[in-house]
Amino acid sequence: MKHLRAVNKKARRIDDYVSAAKGDVVALQNPPAPPQPRPHIPMGCSLSFSPGWEVDSAGGTAGLCQPVERDIYDCYVTCFWPAQVPDHLNNSADWANKCAAATKDWRNLDLVFP
Amino acid sequence: MIAPTNRSLAVAAQNLHRSGRVYRLGEFHAFEAARRRFLYIVPAGAIFEVDEAAGLLIDRLVQGEAEYDALIEELIARGVLGADAEELVEEMCHARVIVTGDTPPEPLQDPPEVFPLQTLVLNLTNHCNLSCQYCYEYGQDKVATPEGKPKFMDLETARASVDFLLEQSAGRRAIHITFFGGETLMNFPLLKSVVAYATGRAAEQGRSIDFSLTTNATLLTPAIIQFLSDNHIGVTVSMDGPKELHDKLRVFSNGRGSYDIIEPKVRALIQNHRTRPITARVTLTKGVTDVVRIFRHLKDDLGFHEIGFAPVTASPDRLYAINEKGMDGVLDQFHELANEWLEYALRGEMHGFSNVSDTVAELAQGVNKSHPCGAAMGLMGVGPSGDIAPCHRFVDSDTHALGNLATGVDRDKQRDFLSRGHINAKYDCHSCWARPLCAGGCHHEAFVRYGDTGHPNLHYCDWIRDWTDTCLRIYGTISAQNPAFLEKFAERKAA
Repeated sequence: MKHLRAVNKKARRIDDYVSAAKGDVVALQNPPAPPQPRPHIPMGCSLSFSPGWEVDSAGGTAGLCQPVERDIYDCYVTCFWPAQVPDHLNNSADWANKCAAATKDWRNLDLVFP
Repeated sequence: MIAPTNRSLAVAAQNLHRSGRVYRLGEFHAFEAARRRFLYIVPAGAIFEVDEAAGLLIDRLVQGEAEYDALIEELIARGVLGADAEELVEEMCHARVIVTGDTPPEPLQDPPEVFPLQTLVLNLTNHCNLSCQYCYEYGQDKVATPEGKPKFMDLETARASVDFLLEQSAGRRAIHITFFGGETLMNFPLLKSVVAYATGRAAEQGRSIDFSLTTNATLLTPAIIQFLSDNHIGVTVSMDGPKELHDKLRVFSNGRGSYDIIEPKVRALIQNHRTRPITARVTLTKGVTDVVRIFRHLKDDLGFHEIGFAPVTASPDRLYAINEKGMDGVLDQFHELANEWLEYALRGEMHGFSNVSDTVAELAQGVNKSHPCGAAMGLMGVGPSGDIAPCHRFVDSDTHALGNLATGVDRDKQRDFLSRGHINAKYDCHSCWARPLCAGGCHHEAFVRYGDTGHPNLHYCDWIRDWTDTCLRIYGTISAQNPAFLEKFAERKAA
């Protein structure tokens, strides 16, 4: 280094390190990639029961949502639909109230219009 | 210690695009020596001398943070060449003298989980033939609970200790045993057997082992001195100075001072033990604070090679504790001896004032401690009962025991001790520039003062900072005027 004179062992290590970094070929090199962040997996949306991903509210397949409408992790990893299940923790707490047995009552699970 | 990481490399690369970034001063302690400017970089423990341009940059940022382009312009206006100004900022950034607002602080690395032992302190006995009032083993502030435990270590326990050291120090080529007490020489026969046994066992493994002991010198005989010299055993004598100072507290149980007994023995020791430097260790107490006079007596009259001083460890209300005013006087005298030390160093000579030598040695390495000392990591103590303690000062204390030779180290207790003592746990220390060396100070002192081994020793902060600054200025002066002298410290121990 030009303006700093290292006078102890630790300072010399910093000096060596800076000199080495300076002497390196920098052009056309990528800096080391930062560690990849781990994927964020939201919990509690459709993990227990995902009704309707085979059929629409009329029991057919015509009204199913489109891939462009996917909006959460579950929509495009396990499936590509938008939120299969409304948020029944905060906004639609009573959404499944009429659905005691999903295999029998699934038609009572209605759409939600926020 | 902080090592450059790939991540900081990436940060450095990004910093090439500096325009718009705002710069401020990093964490350092600035000092002057030999009319030159130096910086002690706190997160690293590094020492740099700075040139005029770097000084300009620092002076500018002392007044407040600045944006990159404006900063470069200001530097150019003050006479720094354009390309040079940019290089200057880059260099100062690399060394963390200056930082940008978004530079994340790098956390201090933890010591390795498995830390091989280097030194074992054997308390050969907890008996002593003196009754020094301030003794941390027997005095009013003692932590030991020796009731019902053996008073003398037996051969079996001593051998088990040596085996323990050899096993726990795997990978180290040189290891060390320190004999301690009580009065070490009250169990001299055992000391002799341990030296023979340990030397043999270490040689079998192709490793080297060395020994040292601390003694009050009352029991030294020509034969013992011969043995110590023949076996290269380092000796530290606990001694508080000339007769009237020494005899104030270093007394036999009948109150008679010990100076007259030890004086001829110490002279014989220094004269006949030629294989290792002989050190005196002085405990400063109220009324025993005449540092310069004590030093002169021990160095010039008796001939010790090195003399180290430590204020007594005591609750503040003890009669022998030194109050703040007393400590100021001590520090003034330390400065006087420190100046002498520097004069010697500039002539290439060792002066013998350990308090400077030890600090300069640590500054030369650039230590940056996670813990104040190696206790419970590279160093442990063993008592006569075979109980393992973080260091000799905690030997025989049930509260602080880290296990027993028979059952091994209790890793949970060790972890607890070390996490308490870690600098990261000492909030008060986080804004202190002297923390790379001090790391909060002695675990035992903290326990005596505050009842917690992990409490920072706040009662001597100002003192530590003053002393560290003094030693930094000594270091800077030598680096400017006699840098070759600092090579003597290249291999000195560093925590």
